[in-house]
Amino acid sequence: MKRFIGFIKKEFYHIFRDKRSLFILFGMPIAQILLFGFAITNEINNVDIAVLDHSKDATTKEIINKISASKYFSIDQFIEKESDIKSVFKKGKVKAVLNFEKDFSKNLIKENHSNIQVITDATDPNTANTISNYVNAILQNYLREQNKNSTSAYQITPQSRMVFNPELKSVYMFVPGVMTIILMLVSAMMTSISITREKELGTMEILLVSPLKPLQVIIGKVFPYIFLSIINAVVIIILSLFIFKMPVQGSLFLLGLESVLFIITSLALGILISTISATQQTAMMISLMGLMLPVILLSGFIFPVTSMPLPLQIISNIIPAKWFIIIIKAIMLKGVGLQYIWKETLILLGMTVFFIGLSVKKYKIRLE
Amino acid sequence: MSNNKVIEVEGLTKMFGDFIAVNAITFNVEKGEIFGFLGANGAGKTTAMKMLIGISNPTSGAANVAGFDVFTNAEDIKKNIGYMSQKFALYDDLTVKENITFFGGIYGLSRKKIKEKSTILIEELGLQNVSNQLVGSLPLGWKQKIAFSVALLHNPKIVFLDEPTGGVDPITRRQFWEMIYKAANQGTTIFVTTHYMDEAEYCDRVSIMVNGKIEALNTPKKLKEQFKAKSMNDVFLKLARG
Amino acid sequence: MLPIIFVMPIIQLLILANAATFDVKNIKFGYVDYDHTTTSRALIEKFNASTYFNVLTNYPTEKFANNAILKGEVDVLITIPSYFERDLQVEKNNNIGVTINAIDGAAAGLENVYVTQIIQSFNKKLKIELMQPSDMQVQSINITTIPSFWYNKTLNYKTFMVPGILVLLVTMITLFLSGMNIVREKEIGTLEQINVTPIKKSQFIIGKLFPFWVIGLGLLTVGLIIAKLVFNVPMIGSLGLMYFYTSIYILVVLGIGLFISNFTDTQQQAMFIAWFFMVIFILMSGLFTPIESMPIWAQYITDFNPIKYFVEVMRMVMLKGSGFVDIIPQLLKTLLYAFIMNGLAVWSYKKTT
Repeated sequence: MKRFIGFIKKEFYHIFRDKRSLFILFGMPIAQILLFGFAITNEINNVDIAVLDHSKDATTKEIINKISASKYFSIDQFIEKESDIKSVFKKGKVKAVLNFEKDFSKNLIKENHSNIQVITDATDPNTANTISNYVNAILQNYLREQNKNSTSAYQITPQSRMVFNPELKSVYMFVPGVMTIILMLVSAMMTSISITREKELGTMEILLVSPLKPLQVIIGKVFPYIFLSIINAVVIIILSLFIFKMPVQGSLFLLGLESVLFIITSLALGILISTISATQQTAMMISLMGLMLPVILLSGFIFPVTSMPLPLQIISNIIPAKWFIIIIKAIMLKGVGLQYIWKETLILLGMTVFFIGLSVKKYKIRLE
Repeated sequence: MSNNKVIEVEGLTKMFGDFIAVNAITFNVEKGEIFGFLGANGAGKTTAMKMLIGISNPTSGAANVAGFDVFTNAEDIKKNIGYMSQKFALYDDLTVKENITFFGGIYGLSRKKIKEKSTILIEELGLQNVSNQLVGSLPLGWKQKIAFSVALLHNPKIVFLDEPTGGVDPITRRQFWEMIYKAANQGTTIFVTTHYMDEAEYCDRVSIMVNGKIEALNTPKKLKEQFKAKSMNDVFLKLARG
Repeated sequence: MLPIIFVMPIIQLLILANAATFDVKNIKFGYVDYDHTTTSRALIEKFNASTYFNVLTNYPTEKFANNAILKGEVDVLITIPSYFERDLQVEKNNNIGVTINAIDGAAAGLENVYVTQIIQSFNKKLKIELMQPSDMQVQSINITTIPSFWYNKTLNYKTFMVPGILVLLVTMITLFLSGMNIVREKEIGTLEQINVTPIKKSQFIIGKLFPFWVIGLGLLTVGLIIAKLVFNVPMIGSLGLMYFYTSIYILVVLGIGLFISNFTDTQQQAMFIAWFFMVIFILMSGLFTPIESMPIWAQYITDFNPIKYFVEVMRMVMLKGSGFVDIIPQLLKTLLYAFIMNGLAVWSYKKTT
């Protein structure tokens, strides 16, 4: 045990002597959580739109006022002719143009019907679609007010209830993802690099010749990173609780346990990477390119997995991060207990055992 | 067979697939001996050494190091040997003292013992002024002297040195070999691989490996007589060229 | 190294372009029907027929359904109350409950819109079917919005993402390569070797960076070919303009890479720092999430982000056919950036060696 403590002490020296890496290690989670919490959102707000009003009557003015009063849109400019649409889109600032037909009010009174064309710059299809839907929603509201006097017969009204995130805050969506990525980065990447560094320097050989058992060497190497990862997890949870007022509906204790499980899964993956790569450079490339991008993209962190093509949906199942994100969301936002997430937990456990088993096997082959 | 043999090797073989890296080598090393283990690059000496220190499993044959069998008791061997590799073996981002404490610790020395030993060691090497400096900032020659002392820290029966003096100046090499002699005089067996043929002359006995086999094994003097050579360098060239 | 430089980006382009979508499809839908009438069944059939909703699951009671939401089996749930059809006929309107898992707020917003649309179109049918002669017909006014999606009529997400991802790959590879290259020479010790030769520092820097500049443009070419052949992304604007802008943009990235390598001692540190800034640059670039939605202060910060300009220019030129005049603001800022970064890089290089 004493040998082991000495070993861990040495590992902490390595970590604390490398100030720049340490800065990344702790600066990264804070920077990311703040960015995602404050700056990054996949909602739309204050979209610049232009108006092409062929009627310029009281009704169109009223509608324009309604639209510019909403928090989603701000009116950037009024244009006079159809051919201007192209040029405002090409400048890139304006994302949509509202085109009111001629005699808008007159048509509405005479025929009870008139048209607005909502032209969107659909180079960003998501924003375009959302703009289109929001304009429509504002108009429906306007119509409901106007039609108050006429009975709306045989109408079903949906009473929508947004559960788990009533204000539709995107930070609720991103915090679990950021936490997952940070834990993965610190645990898998840092351990794989620190183990391969010893290989590169030749000190690994010295350690293997010492009476320390290979298992002790590996555990000693990963132990400090468990510690650092836990600190990171705590920092992230504290930030999201107090700055972003994110709830933890479920048990904090369970959240802690699941986090430790995921940290161990990532460490096991890190060890596996280190057994298959001879240099730090390879370890870095595998963890960065091979690990980070799939984790960001296929885990459901930013993009919904269910919308992806089937092959990618299938691949996403082998990514540990996907399961952990489901678990955190379930505990923090849905407030459920283990009986609802035992399946995901078992999958993570299984993956951990698999990674460790594979590492042990590879490790033995290396010694032959 | 006297009890003085600390390394006994009989027909030790290592194969990688069809390739025979080490081909049935047989030799003994006596207690307190300085045993030179020579060979060209790729002759198999590093592989052979790795089997003796318990980090590579032999394919066949038998070997006994410090009284333990390499097949069954590799872990016990590790407790009784010291090792210093050709690649540098201390941590650059730890200070001299921290390195000594760390390596003392993993060999299971008590804290008191480590303190005692490191004071002596630092004094002997004249490192009082730099003992709290990072090892990375020290000249290579110093590092290697420290690494050797660290390998001796737990009083091992045998010290394995894998090309310990690569890249250092002649004066430091001289001092390094003085340290080796001193350790050997105190009863530690030294097993050393080297490229420097003048260093081979310092050894008590020398073996020369060619293509996985030991082609010659004797004292430097006898080897020179046997091959009718003026220096170990000539012996080596004659053997290596076949 | 070569496979990493060319094969990895290609694989990523192929996978990323398919994965990076905010489309909301295959929504996990469930319902509780306490009514069991023709009307309630017809309504559910409407949802069944929609392409947005998937995996229709019937739950006997709300308790079961809520449990399913907690388990993550269902994201959108509608609850049809008892006597739904009867009340609808008698009182002429009725409510149904819609429960949406809103953890992904943006998706929830869209899901709500889809549900509303389906119910609205059901209402129209309902009116025709249930209208009695005795019902007084009151004309209500109506405004129709006619959506028109320019540059991407089918709202194909790949068209949007592919130019952006291309930017990402060109930037990442050139930044990592240039950032690590000089540190590597430092680590190996060959930098010292070069410093004692009569070569001028500016010559050395240009000589070092030129290959990466070429690699960057090579990557762009490969990426454009894939975009065209595999994803069939329209290329309306001038290819020459794209190459012109990219060739200036890469100078910015190389300047940053050089700057980083001047301040680090090991490849590992260089990699970490490059990665740190890379992540922030990507997130703040408008590549995945719209910049307009960020708070004002954050939008000011994005003005210092070179990737933002590259993403903008690529999308403008490729998809909208913007010309030289349209991209002048971006071009000028990028040029300024290139001068500043390379100036800083050369300056710090002299100071540190």
